[in-house]
This record gives sequence, structure tokens and C-alpha cells, in this order.
Amino acid sequence: MPQANLRRTPLYELHLALHGKMVPFAGYEMPVQYTAGILKEHLHTREKAGLFDVSHMGQAFLTGHDAAAALERVTPADVVGLKEGQQRYALLLSDEGTIKDDFMVSRLMDEPGLFLVVNAATKEADFAYIAAKVDGAAVLDPQTDRALLALQGPMAETVLKRHVPGVEQLSFMKIARFDIGGAGAIISRSGYTGEDGFEISVHAKDAEGVAQRLLADPEVLPIGLGARDSLRLEAGLCLYGHDMDDTIDPITANLAWSIGKRRKLAKDFPAGEAIMNKLVNGTPTKRVGIRPDGKAPAREGCEITDKSGRVIGHVTSGGFGPTLNAPIAMGYVETQFAADGTEVDLMVRGKPMPARIAPMPFAPHRYKR
Amino acid sequence: MSEVRFTDQHEWVRLDGDVATIGITKYAADQLGDVVYVELPPQGKKVGAGGEAAVVESVKAASEVYAPMSGEVTEANAALSDDPAKVNADPQGDGWFFKLKIADRNEFAKLMSDAQYAEFVKGL
Repeated sequence: MPQANLRRTPLYELHLALHGKMVPFAGYEMPVQYTAGILKEHLHTREKAGLFDVSHMGQAFLTGHDAAAALERVTPADVVGLKEGQQRYALLLSDEGTIKDDFMVSRLMDEPGLFLVVNAATKEADFAYIAAKVDGAAVLDPQTDRALLALQGPMAETVLKRHVPGVEQLSFMKIARFDIGGAGAIISRSGYTGEDGFEISVHAKDAEGVAQRLLADPEVLPIGLGARDSLRLEAGLCLYGHDMDDTIDPITANLAWSIGKRRKLAKDFPAGEAIMNKLVNGTPTKRVGIRPDGKAPAREGCEITDKSGRVIGHVTSGGFGPTLNAPIAMGYVETQFAADGTEVDLMVRGKPMPARIAPMPFAPHRYKR
Repeated sequence: MSEVRFTDQHEWVRLDGDVATIGITKYAADQLGDVVYVELPPQGKKVGAGGEAAVVESVKAASEVYAPMSGEVTEANAALSDDPAKVNADPQGDGWFFKLKIADRNEFAKLMSDAQYAEFVKGL
């Protein structure tokens, strides 16, 4: 049901033309699915190529002679060491060392600044926060007139190189400027599905043309946010606001890997001392993967108990994994229960359903490294 | 001749003697999207009209299925355990959920006819 105060991406009309089922998401009217449905859209992405509109996400350039060092004021990632043509996953931290968002930061070839992509739900807050923190050393320039498309799946390279010769030279987490049908694009080899694929940033006015061009290829189907969520959950990827939020530190969230090696030694990020203590000494709870033994999904908020019925945690993301044809979940448990294989119960509709702590990803990653 | 009637919660009931077969309508199945799991009531469970009887889950969410009539569960559709997609493929046939031995025949007449349900759905 459309609401007057929801925003629209540059691809809104296209979503309607494709019979997208529009729902509110992060203040935008977005397609949760198209005519194929969530299950088929999910499976198609892992089999061929899926095209996602993720233009609701926030894009920005960070410029200034010391942009990288300035950004390191708010993230424990190694930004100064980020090489040209490279993209990296990073956490945005509050002064207290809790997670305000996760984002992608890139350095483009022969360009002095940084290119940032942040989550839709937090983009205004993120940009205000970063701008304030880098003040004096760098300038944040939000790109509100850019769109973002994701082309994901084993056929993504085959499809994209028809339109962007040379794009196949990019390996996982590399980024560069290209031309697609006359439109300037920033293309990274990355995504949110666990599959090989690309994220394509273009000017808003070029978005529909690029989308139509890719959708015309027989391997490509449009994919909605419903399948985007089931794909990323199978890939063990976090969703900010659900699997971590501003009460969670990077160690509890099991994202210590995103802290740069040099940064760990220097502890030169918000609450660096405290966070490194947690890394060394452990935290009371930890983010884990969970596989129910049976077929019933366990959803966000579901309590996790030990076998005696004591509550030891809760589910933060849960649903059905079409590729596994089984329910999967992510959540937090007391650290003593966090080892793979630990047997727990999930309280679904008041009944304990047996489950096990499981390694992630649930579906193997297929990145082109 | 068995007759099928409908609820405003998008369940259908087919009455044969005093056995009611119950499922969700095509409208409900289409709204839900791909069904991935169904929780059915155990044999012998007593349900009241309007009470929760089953749960149907799509990829995104779980929805309650209510008993359109009071009675005792005699059988649940075991085929849905291995193939929940039957609910989408044939919601008013093979995708049936459970059968009840009904307690009160009068409850059936209170439900919507095919034509009334069609009107109801048009207004949504």
C-alpha cells in the first residue's frame, strides 16, 4: 500500500512495470518480489543472474588530503592502507565502540578521495556523524543523484562483460570506473549474496537504461528485497539493525576480522583499548549461526534456550533458506554455548524446537578471488 | 453433494456429512507467497470456531490459520510436510490443511458462500 511519505528510487516506474510488489523499506517504496516470487528469485540468483535495485542505500565521496586518516577516526578498518582500485568492508563505530552501521569503503584508481556505500536505514545519521567527525580534515559529499544496482550470480560476469568489456578483469573486492552503454559507472566486484557479482553505481538519470539493458539478457531476472534477505542470510552476512545495532561491539558481533591488523596493534579507533580487551578476554555473548533440526523456521526475536530451558540468547535473523531447503538463523548466545554443534532449543510459538549452533556461511561463498 | 464456504480470514471449508476439510484460499496463498512450512494440528485436538488451528509460513513470515468451525481434528495433510508448495499449487484441493469432525452444523451456514467471498475479496 503506497504511503505519501515514502521515497522512491530512480527505478520506481520500472518496478511497477515489472509488476513488483511494493512495500515500505527504510523509508522507501521497494519491491519485495516480482512475479517469480521470493523462492524462484532466490534460486535464480544462485543459478544464473539476478538484478537488484539497491539505490535506496547511501553513496558518498569523502575528499580531502587526509580523507583516509580522517575516516579512521570512526572505523577500525584499515583505510589508510586501502590500495587503489580496492574496496573493503568496514564498521562505523560510536565513541563507545558500538556499531552505528556497516559500510563499504573504496579507493578508486588515480582519485584522491574515497567512495562510501552505507545502509539505507541509517544513511542520514551516518553521513551527519561522519561529516562531524572528519570536520577539518576531510569533506563528505553525499551523492543523492546516484543509483545503485547489483548484478549477482554465477552468470553475472558473462552478462556484464557483454556490456562492459574488460569488467571481467576485476577480481573480488576490486573497483573501477567503466562505461556501460554510454553511461559512466563505478563498478565493484562485490555484493550481498555470497555469489560472484557486481555492484554498479550510475547517475540516477542512467539507472533505468542500465537496468533495462541488463534485464534484456536472457540470464537475468529482477530480484526483490525478499530474496535479497534470504540470500544474504544463507551467506552468513549481517543486516544492520537486526544482527548488530548500536548496543553491540565488533567482538560480540563476531566481526573482529574487519578490524585492520595495524589498527589492532595501535588500538587507534573508538574504544580501541576496550575492544581489544574484549578480543583478548572474550565477551559474554557472541553472534552465531543456528540450524534448526526440524523444518520450522525460527524468526527474529525467538528465544534460544539450553536443554534445561534457561534462556541463553535470541535469534536476530531467521527464516527459510531456499538453497538449503531448510530453515536457518543467526543470533546471539552466551559464549559458552557458541561452539559449532552445540545443541540448543529455539522457543517457537511457546514450544522448544531442537537446533544446533552452525558455522556460516550456510551456502558456500563463490567469490572470484 | 459437498458445499464449500469461506471465512473473512481466507479459509475455506468443504463439508461432507459431519467431516469438514479446511484450507486457505487462493487469495491467501497468493498474498503469502511461496509456502515453505506448515504447522498442522495434531489428531484429536479440539478447536473452537475462530481459534488458532494451524500456522503457515512463507519465506518472509508466519501466518495463523484459524478453525472456521468448532470440532475435533481427525486428520492433517501429511503431504504438506514434504511438499509445502502444494499450498500454492492447489490451495483449494491438494493443499488442504486438516479435517475436523464438526461439533455444530449451524456454524457452516454462517460462513460466506463462494459468491459472497468473491465480493468480499473484491472489496479488499
